Parts: sequence; structure tokens; C-alpha cells
Amino acid sequence: MGSEEANAFDAKDAPKIAGELRESFASGKTRSYEWRTSQLKTILKILDNHEQDMILALRSDLSKPEMESYIQEIAMLKNSCKATLKSLKGWMVPEKAKTSMTTFPSSAEIVSEPLGVILIISAWNYPFYLSIDPVIGAIAAGNAVVLKPSEVSPASSALLAKLLKEYMDTSCVRVVEGAVAETAALLQQKWDKICYTGNGRVGRIVMEAAAKHLTPVLLELGGKSPVVVDSDVNLKFATHAVTFYVKVATRRIIAGKWGCNNGQACISPDYIITTKDFAPKLVDSLKEVLEKFYGKNPLESKDLSRIVNSNHFARLMKLLDEEKVSGKVVHGGERNETDLKIAPTILLDVPRDSLIMTEEIFGPLLPIITVEKVEESYDIINSGPKPLAAYLFTSNEKLKKQFVMTISAGGVVVNDTTIHLAVVTLPFGGVGESGMGAYHGKFSFEAFSHKKAVVYRSFVADAAVRYPPYTKGKLSLLKALVGGSILGIIRALFGWS
Amino acid sequence: MDSPRNLQGDLESLRLYFRCGRTKEASWRKTQIKGLLNFIKENEGDIMKALKQDLGKHRAEAYRDEIGTLIKSLNYALNSLKAWMSPKKVKLPAVAVLTTAELLPEPLGLVLIVSAWNFPFGLSLEPLIGALAAGNTAVLKPSELAPACSSLLANTMTSYLDGNAVKVVEGGPSVGEQLLQERWDKIFFTGNARVGRIVMSAAVKYLTPVALELGGKCPAVLDSLSFSFDREVAVKRILVGKFGTCAGQACITIDYVLVEKKFLPKAVELMKAITTKMFGENPRETNTVARIVNRRHFLRLKNLLDDPTVKASIVYGGKTDEENLFIEPTILVDPPLEAEIMTEEIFGPLLPIITLENIEDSIEFIKARPRPLTIYAFTKSKTLERKLVSETSSGSLVFNDAIIQYAADTIPFGGVGESGIGRYHGKFSFDTFSHEKAVARRSFLVDFWFRFPPWNDYKLQLFREAYNFDYLGVIFVVLGLKKPKSDSHVV
Repeated sequence: MGSEEANAFDAKDAPKIAGELRESFASGKTRSYEWRTSQLKTILKILDNHEQDMILALRSDLSKPEMESYIQEIAMLKNSCKATLKSLKGWMVPEKAKTSMTTFPSSAEIVSEPLGVILIISAWNYPFYLSIDPVIGAIAAGNAVVLKPSEVSPASSALLAKLLKEYMDTSCVRVVEGAVAETAALLQQKWDKICYTGNGRVGRIVMEAAAKHLTPVLLELGGKSPVVVDSDVNLKFATHAVTFYVKVATRRIIAGKWGCNNGQACISPDYIITTKDFAPKLVDSLKEVLEKFYGKNPLESKDLSRIVNSNHFARLMKLLDEEKVSGKVVHGGERNETDLKIAPTILLDVPRDSLIMTEEIFGPLLPIITVEKVEESYDIINSGPKPLAAYLFTSNEKLKKQFVMTISAGGVVVNDTTIHLAVVTLPFGGVGESGMGAYHGKFSFEAFSHKKAVVYRSFVADAAVRYPPYTKGKLSLLKALVGGSILGIIRALFGWS
Repeated sequence: MDSPRNLQGDLESLRLYFRCGRTKEASWRKTQIKGLLNFIKENEGDIMKALKQDLGKHRAEAYRDEIGTLIKSLNYALNSLKAWMSPKKVKLPAVAVLTTAELLPEPLGLVLIVSAWNFPFGLSLEPLIGALAAGNTAVLKPSELAPACSSLLANTMTSYLDGNAVKVVEGGPSVGEQLLQERWDKIFFTGNARVGRIVMSAAVKYLTPVALELGGKCPAVLDSLSFSFDREVAVKRILVGKFGTCAGQACITIDYVLVEKKFLPKAVELMKAITTKMFGENPRETNTVARIVNRRHFLRLKNLLDDPTVKASIVYGGKTDEENLFIEPTILVDPPLEAEIMTEEIFGPLLPIITLENIEDSIEFIKARPRPLTIYAFTKSKTLERKLVSETSSGSLVFNDAIIQYAADTIPFGGVGESGIGRYHGKFSFDTFSHEKAVARRSFLVDFWFRFPPWNDYKLQLFREAYNFDYLGVIFVVLGLKKPKSDSHVV
């Protein structure tokens, strides 16, 4: 598997590609329902025919377990594509809007139209999902697309380039491979929208480039997604309520952390906040279930992704080996630098100002912070940048309400982690430093559309009152008309006001 | 003017006030909106006076375009607030059984609203309504080019609002620059594209989302209408949309008109006659047309007319009065397309008419230019209507009238491409200042055991079935009635 198939992209080619796609879009071919659905069906075909190739590429780039590759990338994509195909016709229909007294008689509708040519820059951790899902949205909305996959996952990038070139309508859908220079060249061009998934530093570079052309952006960034685990358990149906509760919470936390690319996911639980009393129970449970899932030697487990590259490995080592933190490891800590493997690691009560508590971890290290009362977690979370996701485990209804109302995050999940990503009817996006805009399902269609307001007026029923020369009578009538009060209008018409 | 230290202190208090949660309460939001209503109703006279002073607007224009529409928008917000604030339940696929999900709107925090000089009350308060309805704290920076209006906002309006949550900062470009250096949770800017770029670049530092209401050249396609009644109505609406709306100094004014060559004589004759009738022989004296906001813009507009090839194309008006900053309604026919009057947004009472062989050519003409805030078309042809809807792109598209889309609460108001990013009015204002937070809840019961490692083919198959919403398949596999597919060639 190599990139012999893909066009070697020279930074100088960027204007040419942008120009070609702009011409294709101007020709109108991407706007028809037929073109959009044929391209979407083609994506489904790619996913069906090349599932194994993708699984292999993910194994090469990330040692991603086949199950994760299947569920979290391929199945999610198929789901998204099918759901889009099913609903697209309805989405394309203009929405009728209500009109008011002020603009009577008229009718109005909101027409969705494509923006034009979209640039999608995707990430390395879910290289297929984060590339193809936005492409699905852009195509569904009738745009032409340029996709720039991440060079940090080269096998996946090459496969995307090869497959999309082979199957898709290349006059309107292109893949450009490359690294910093190529991305910079692309960013200099004028696009009608840029969708970027990655970190805040590069997010700023993208927005800066977009500002020059007044290009709107969709930035899917990250942050430190906290998990608050409450100790007040009141589950009437379970005999050993606390044990049951802890087990469920533990499984779901592990699934969201190490079960998602070994913690290298934007919505992975980053750290836990729990009460001092509860922490030991939680730690014991985590240890037990981690062993059940990944065995006694997790470094050998085939069910864990590896760390993507030596840069990130070194970065994680720096977080783990910081002096004030290294003594707080209560589980794990094993590493294999040659194989780029780090075992699931839990740390207890690391200092708040440590690197591991100030930077997004994006790896298999899970710090646990303890507090006296669970409500203290609100200030801890709100004192930092708004995260992409926030999670709460509790059976206390009041706490659930409070948490949801108080914590601002892209998305909030009570009693689970990460699952909201899979719900295609929920918008997926950040707020503040975790991003701007949202997509998935219909939100993707809207993210890549312009909703044009169309107003139809008739020539009859012209209110002379709108036109100069302005008289006192006209002013009263105008006031009444704009105010929408029928009585007022009648009075003004009769000259009674 | 605020000194840097005061500004920082003020912003910190605004942020703290937001954090204390008061602005999230529905009652607080209602109080602010009512406060704005009272401000407008109790100061109508002063508002009209300020608009007369800053822009020479007639009271009727002031009422029609600013006071009246604001009252309407405020009442609409008051009546709709509860519905806007309530969470929206979201449909879930059946496999996610025992989960509930909803969208919960929440305020962003502290927002900055930078408004413009041409509709100083409307463009300051329409966004502010959205910001407050959504539960934010806000800083408003009105335009210094409309000083009487800015002062009224800074000194009188503020007493009707919660001063802990809303501040008005007056000043010019340097104050604007200072404000842009600060951390905001959203910036809402109305103005031109040049400054729009500056605003968006400044927003990069803190990854602040922006809404930019910019401008462009809004064309009006005037089809050959067969009935004289229709022709008159169309021309009246075009003229009042241009000369009668802040003397054409509006983002959604008709910038230029496109007509078929054969229709030109009729169109020009009608326009001349109706302009005289509506605006009179002396529009400055009768105050039917506003004046130019300041000398700089006056000279800019005069300069457009001074181009000899442009001057030669004037068929009506053309007189400029520098002392009074007044330009009379001016109509031109076919000025050169390369002249500045046809390449730059006019923003003044100069109305070029461009002729085409066929009216359908207007579509290519419009498409060759940057996407405007609004495209207007006066036509009875359903074919032309359909073509315009599907082949052109603009913020909005209005048939057979002008400007009225500004007063509508149920359609979004905003641009696309060079004419802007984002939208507002009605619920769209509320949404633009909110974060729609996805909230999902799971129960502790029912975990699909096959969600967890260690992995094997059996679990993989179950997942395939579950993800394809093939519940029967899931049951069969679990009951052992269907063998898991072992198509994984990967060891």
C-alpha cells in the first residue's frame, strides 16, 4: 500500500485545485439530488468493499483493534451515510416561514443552498470517520469538496486518497495529501467554508487564514473532558446498589477512555473528579475491570491502540514523569517505547497545577482528583476552558439537573461517556476553546449550507403610508401597522389617532 | 472614553456577574427586554431628534425603520422567550433504548456588539435583544459617526437595563481596537467587509465565534411588467427602498437596477416622475430624504459622480450640497461597469440603471459578482422567479418589494460569502447568542455486554446487527440462531 496512486501534491497546485473545483461547482452539477445521492451511495460502496483495507490501515497507523475500527469508524460512517440518504430529500425542501402583519401580504421560505467549495482538514485519531463524515455532510448539502487527511496517519491518508480518486466524481471531490506546507498552501486559497478537526493551536491558524477571505469555519477542537463520579448512590432496584453502580460507571468510563483509541479521542474522559471517600472504591473497581478487559499484561493486549507516534509518546511521558506527578500513580505506568505502548494508567490526587491537569491528555493516563463534596467539581470544571464533553455519574436527580445547568460544554452525558457521538440527531461540536459550530446528521447538512431567506410579495395591497411625502396621518397609521394592532390600524385609518 | 484599566475592570465585573447566574433566569431576561421597550416608548421623541441630528432622517423613516421595528421585535421576543429557552427533545434511534436526549440552549457569556451609524438604534438593539434574551452579559459599542444616537444609548438607555450586565462603550476606531483585544464569548459586528476581516482576525486569539453583518451591492432586477399598476408599485418600492431609506445608506438598499433595453424608456420615465412626486422638488427641505452622514462619505459619493463617464450618464438629479452634506436623488443610465460606482458598494442616493438585452441575462450578471446581502427582483414571471431562487446565491432574495425582509421575525437576516457570516432577527438572534448544548442521559440498566472488550467475532457480529438497527438479527445472534460472520481476515 503506497501513495503511487495519489497525485503528488505540490504546494503550487493549491490555486489550481481550488480553481478547478470552483469551476465544477459553478457548472451546477453538485446541486442535483441525483448527483448528491449517487456520491453518497458511492461512499457506502467504498465502505462495503474496502472494510478490510481500512481496518488494516488503522492497524498500521494506530494498532487500532479491529472492533474499534469497525464500530467507531466504519459502522458509524455507514450509519451516517444511510441516515443522510434517507433524509436528504426532506432536508432539501425549502422550509415555509410564517409571515406577520407587518409584511402582509407575503409568503416566505428558507431555502438551503450549497456554500460552494468546502475544505475539510481532518485528524489522525479517527482518520476515516473524521474525514468521511464531514465529506458526507458537504456532499449532501450540494458542495464540491477538498479533503486533506492527516499525515500523522499515513496509511489511512493514502488509502483515502486512493479510494476517493478511484470511486468518486473527481471533478468535484478531491483528496490532497501532505503536511504543514501543503496545508498552508491550501489555507491560502479562498474556500466557502473550512471544516477543521484537531487542536486549538492549529484551529487558530485555520481561523486566521479564513478571516482573510471572510470564510466561515467549523472548528472541532478538544479540551479536558471531565467525569464527575458521585458517591451518593440510591438505586432502589439493585440489592448491592453501590457495587452495581460502581461497576456500571467503571465499565462505561473505561469504554470511553481506553476503549476509544486508548484515550486518544477528543471526547475521551480526560480526568475524574470524585469524593475522597469514594475514590478508593472507584480505583479498586477500575483496576478490576481493566484487568478483565485487557488482561494482566495490558502492554500485550490486542484490544488497545498504541500511541500514534514517538512525538506523542514523548509528550505523554512528560506528563507522566513530571516530578510532582510520578509518585501519584496507583495503577499501570508501564510503557514500551519501541512499540509505542503505554498501559492504562491511573493517578490519584495529582496537583491541580501539574501539566497533566492543565493540558489535554489525549492518551491512556487517567488522573483522579478528589474533593470533599461533589458540588465542588463545578468550580473546578468552570475555572478552566469549556470542554468538548462533560460527564456525570450519579443517581441523584437534583445533582443531574444542577450539573446540566451549571456546566457549559459542547455536550453533556449523564451516566455514560462518549455515546452522544453516535446519536445522529444530536449536534456534535464544542463551545469556547473546544470549538465553534456543530455537525452530524442534519446539523452537517446545515453546517455546509447557506439558508437563504426568500420573500414573495405581491403587487397588490400597497400601503401608501410607506411612501413619502410623510404626513401626520401617515405616521399614525404607520405606527399602528408596525405595531400590528388591528384596533390601532382602524383608528388611524379613520383619523381617530 | 474608558481608560484601559477601567475597561479591564468593567469586563471582569461583567464576567463575574454572568458567573453568578442571575442573567440565566427567565425573569431577569424578561425585565431587560421590558426595560428596552420602556426606553424606546419613553424616549421616542429624543430618539427621533437624535436621528434627525445625526442623519437628517424624517420622523416617519425613524419610526418605520428603527423605533417601530424594535418595538415589534421586543414584543416578539417577550412573547417567545419561554419557548426559545425550553430544551428540545431529540428523536433517538431505537437501539439507544433507555437514553433520553435533548438540546439545551445556554448563554455564551460576555458578548461584544459593534454596531453601525446608519441605523444606530436598530443595529445596536436588535442584536442586544438576542444577547439578553439568550441570557448573556453584553458590551455595546455604537458608532461614533452617529454621536447623538450613541450618546442617547450610553447615557439614557443604560438606566433602563441592569448595569451589572450591560455596558455601553462609546468611542472611535481606537476604542474599537482596544475592545477587540479583549476576551469575548462572541462578537457581533455590523459594518463593512474591510473592518469585518479585522474583527474576525482579532477573534482568532481567543477562538471567539463571530457574526458579521456586512454589505455588498444589492441588485434589483426590474422585469418588463405589462400592467401600469404593477410598474408603478415596483418603481415606488424601488425608489423608497433607495432614496427613502437613509438616502440609500443601508446594507440592504437597492444598489443598482437591471432592466431590459426595451423596457428602459418606460422605466426611466416612471422613475423620474415618481421620484419627483414622492420626494418633492426640494427633498432636503421637505426632509423626505436623509442627508449623508459626514463629509468623508459625502466626498466619496461626490467623487463617484465626478468621473466624467459617470457624470455623462446622469438622467435625473446629480446636485450635491457640500455645506449641508446633501445629495439629491440621482438616477444614472449605464455608467461604465468598470467605474467605481459599479465596482464599489454605493451606500448613497445614486441609482444606476444597467441595461441588458434580455432580463434573463441578469442572472449571469449577478453571478459574476460577489454574493450580496440581498437580491431583489420585480417580476411576474414564475420562470424567472425559479431561476433566481436556484441559480443565484445571496443572504436573502426578495420578490416585488424592498427592505421589508428586515422587519420579518421568522426568516434569518444575514449574508453569505463577502456579505457576511451568521444571521439574526427573531429566534435567530436568540440562537446566535446561544450554545445549543447536547444533553444525553443513560440509565444504569441495560448495558450491551458486547460493548466491552475483550473482543471476538461474536461481539463483532452483534455490533453489526445493532448498528444496522437489525434488532431481529441481534436477538438471533444472542440466541445462537445465527452464526457470527467470520470475515475478519485480520489476525
